[in-house]
Amino acid sequence: MADARLAASRPLSPHLQVFRFILTMAMSIVHRITGGFLYVGTVFVAIWLVAAASGPEWFARVDGLYQSWIGRLILLGLVWSLIHHAIGGIRHFAWDLGYGFAPKTADLLALINLVAGIVLTIVVAVAAFVFA
Amino acid sequence: MDKSFRFQTSLKHARGFGSGKSGTTHFWQQRVTGVAALLLSLIYVVLLVKLQGDDYPTVIATLGNPFVAVLMLAFLGVSVWHMKIGMQVIIEDYVNQPLLRVLALMANSFFSALVGIASAVALIKITFGA
Ligand code: HEM
Repeated sequence: MADARLAASRPLSPHLQVFRFILTMAMSIVHRITGGFLYVGTVFVAIWLVAAASGPEWFARVDGLYQSWIGRLILLGLVWSLIHHAIGGIRHFAWDLGYGFAPKTADLLALINLVAGIVLTIVVAVAAFVFA
Repeated sequence: MDKSFRFQTSLKHARGFGSGKSGTTHFWQQRVTGVAALLLSLIYVVLLVKLQGDDYPTVIATLGNPFVAVLMLAFLGVSVWHMKIGMQVIIEDYVNQPLLRVLALMANSFFSALVGIASAVALIKITFGA
């Protein structure tokens, strides 16, 4: 077993709060958070599908909840999470292939991810409104 | 046998005991399911926009279309595996207490399986038109 005194004198890595805020680190945690939202969001998809499979009464009940303002707000949040996380995923694929690590490029890609996520969410929301 | 002559290396003691237990398997699966989810989610979002506000018979007819049902099943299957191994990483990163960690990992498996099975049963029932 490792010597306790040795373990205690090992240098510790600096903790999270000593770092200056930068966009890429915020986007890193947002990728994880949106992944978490989507995880929970699959319950809403499952409930909606099961309701649809259970007949018109159940469907009307659940669909009514989803069409309420709070339901729409949650769905909008999930749509944003999906779009943001999907673009974030493309960024991950680029890194996996060895591209996009230069600090300027990384910052630019993070910014594009953030803005495109919001813009595309608005596009989807408007489309849903127009085609309703 | 002479103790100084062994074919085993210390790799035997390392293999399978890392924090991830399975090397890069999940890393790679996360990428493959990510690519699939990327393609399928485009279809999913279009479907969502289309069905939004539609009445019951239209929703059933659309989801019951075999093309739609196959793509939806694929999307949900892929998403469920993607989110299961994704959440596993999150749990392994943040939950350090051994018992809690095992319980959280179990809950993750149960939740993912349940969501996947419920969605699949519903979609299959709708396509087969019961
Ligand atoms: C739409 C296309 C998607 C793409 C391209 C994508 C891509 C990725 C990638 C590359 C990762 C790994 C991140 C890392 O190694 O740090 C990841 C993590 C994750 N994804 Fe996705 N994903 C998609 C959709 C989804 C969906 C639909 C869900 C949930 C139902 C989801 C849930 C998660 C979770 C929980 C993680 C773990 C987060 C983490 O480790 O920080 N993703 N995704």
